[in-house]
Amino acid sequence: MTFLIQQTLIFAVPLMIVALAGVFSERSGIINLALEGIMIFGAFIGVLFVRAMQLSGAYDAAKAAGDWLSLQGLELLSMLAAAVMGSVFSLLLAFAAINLRADQTIGGTALNLLAPALVLFLIRVIANQETLNMAKGDAASWFMIKKSTFGIDKSVHLGFLGETLINKVYLATYVCILLFVILSIILYKTRFGLRLRACGENPQAADSLGINVYKMRYAGVTISGALAGMGGFVYALTTSNCSSTGDVAGFGFLALAVMIFGNWTPLNIAVSSLIFGLFKCIAASYSSLDINGDGVYMLSQIGISSHLYRMLPYIITLVVLAFTSKGSRAPKAEGIPYDKGSR
Amino acid sequence: MKGKLATLYQKDGTKKILASLVSILIGLLVGAFVVIIVGLFNSRISLKGAWEGVRLIFFGIFSTGRDASGALTWGFNPTSLGNTLFRAMPLIMTGLSVAVAFKTGLFNIGAPGQYLFGTMASLMVALSLPTEKMGAVPVWIIAFLAGVLAGALWGAIPGAMKAFLNINEVLACIMTNWIAANIVTWAFDISNFKNVAESTKTGYVYKTTFNGVATAKLGLDKLFPGSQVNAGILVAILAAIGMYVLINKTTLGYQLKACGSNRHAARYAGIKDKRNIVLSMAIAGALSGGGAALYWLSGNTEFFWSTYQSLPAIGFNGIPVALLAVNNPIAVIFTGIFMSMLNVIGLQMSNLTAYNEYLTDIIVAVIVYLSAFALVIRMIFESRKKKAPAAEKKAKENEEPPKPDAAQNGKGGEQA
Repeated sequence: MTFLIQQTLIFAVPLMIVALAGVFSERSGIINLALEGIMIFGAFIGVLFVRAMQLSGAYDAAKAAGDWLSLQGLELLSMLAAAVMGSVFSLLLAFAAINLRADQTIGGTALNLLAPALVLFLIRVIANQETLNMAKGDAASWFMIKKSTFGIDKSVHLGFLGETLINKVYLATYVCILLFVILSIILYKTRFGLRLRACGENPQAADSLGINVYKMRYAGVTISGALAGMGGFVYALTTSNCSSTGDVAGFGFLALAVMIFGNWTPLNIAVSSLIFGLFKCIAASYSSLDINGDGVYMLSQIGISSHLYRMLPYIITLVVLAFTSKGSRAPKAEGIPYDKGSR
Repeated sequence: MKGKLATLYQKDGTKKILASLVSILIGLLVGAFVVIIVGLFNSRISLKGAWEGVRLIFFGIFSTGRDASGALTWGFNPTSLGNTLFRAMPLIMTGLSVAVAFKTGLFNIGAPGQYLFGTMASLMVALSLPTEKMGAVPVWIIAFLAGVLAGALWGAIPGAMKAFLNINEVLACIMTNWIAANIVTWAFDISNFKNVAESTKTGYVYKTTFNGVATAKLGLDKLFPGSQVNAGILVAILAAIGMYVLINKTTLGYQLKACGSNRHAARYAGIKDKRNIVLSMAIAGALSGGGAALYWLSGNTEFFWSTYQSLPAIGFNGIPVALLAVNNPIAVIFTGIFMSMLNVIGLQMSNLTAYNEYLTDIIVAVIVYLSAFALVIRMIFESRKKKAPAAEKKAKENEEPPKPDAAQNGKGGEQA
């Protein structure tokens, strides 16, 4: 059970934060189809940052001395780097969609094509192979929080909550959850959030009240890019051992589906990302999943093909969308370039 | 002469071609820029290497490798040209697929999934039917049709979801892409088409030549010796012409376009909008599936069947092909060939320099990005047009010759 919850969280948290990224962009009126691309780019930047720090030797001493605080600091810095570069990358979409009034779907697709191409090109030039890994060690030994982190012996059992929440987890997961809560409050309880949402519903009315629609939309897309970039790095860190391959297996699009399923509101998104995370977790680790702790790997013994498990998240997405899309309420002005002259 | 040029310049089509050419030029320049920047900051690449990279971006199709002294050599390279045509074949088909869906207002990002389904159906049919009894040509035709049909079926699913359940077709297409990737992997996993005869080919499906099936060459291999080109390119061109006729000359095409420009108005006029949306996606799927069939039935390609983690790039590259062609089926032929030329250039780059083929993907992405606001580029030409009459008057007074750049652009446009 502990394993199931931890694995689900590992998949659900990047989904959640990237879906929130989608919310910020769409609530300001810009369809952000580029989430996938920004995630890929963010993952690359984060891994590159970790690698550069490792190569510069700045953290070797900390690692050798077991100074966990500074290693966690490195993790946070990498997340920050991924977020910053993610928002810079998303500016491409913002510029095309806001200033040039481009087709947002095509603009997003362009970014989705650009990110893997650029990332793979650079990985080849930098590492001369298809994958960019950490320079030394692996994600678990550098960043994972374990019992030994707190000086507790391995044999001590911390109880169900302790085992689940502080053993073999990543700080990034909790930072993302915290950010999710803070940003949701900003979106709903502050003046900035209200203005942002107004621009996605009726930009003309917002403009008539003195809100700068262009600025708000830039803010929406930039926040979106930062969150998606960070989510991409968190995904790479927690699920693929801090490596970048120019691919996040459709996670950005899954996040979009989560956002639509969650009806563009944070609370629903949190719930639906947990559901999707569960299925993604089953798909990834059905063969080693011991649900009730009796040592029997039930899911792999029912005799269902692994291919079906891998397909499941996508099939569920379609089915869920089929049931919810009629009642879903997208921001009214999303996808429509803002033109001051039109009424 | 001057009058003709002026009318040519003012035609809508000319402006579209000019906008596409500008997009291509900027894309190539960005590629060259990336090459130079990387060359400056990477110690493994010398300045000479960067210069070679830049030259390859623009003229790579005429590269014939390196001579004994290590300098790049240039000239007519029939192998590259033939391979360009060979790779253009599926690209033209997926480009048509995206273009036809665009005409109905749908963004078919599901071409990779449809392509995979076409791959599966055509390969399975081509490898399982008895060629000794039926003859290779009927088997080829049946396999091709099977690919077309499977693609159509897979394309119709997101179409139906869009029409009846109002699900965003982009999301539905993405999901069906990944489902297709898993189904195809699954189907080949439990099949006995996996290549067990050659130990170096584990993970691959048998070539269709194992069953004696291969696309006819029709002497094209004599024209381009050493290349993989075959008659499939003619099929792709025929498909493009067929789509042009369908869209522009038939009632169905008119109905599809009507649904694309305003679904509700079309319904008011008595057009069955839901049926047309499904149909449009089915046609799009059929084209992608057909492209896959052409590619895999050629006899020199081998399919890596465990594909559940990746989608075929050819499917996604249909998007830039269609966008660059402004969704005109005839123009798709040329943009498809252009895109595959970029592809071949990419291979030349990774063979001859320290750069790699992903550089051309960057160029393609930049071109797509630019075509997102091709409208703006077209508007710039539009505003120049407004100034043009005034300039013309002056020109008449001064008896100046027509602008040479306009003439060049007009000619270049026909070639592109």
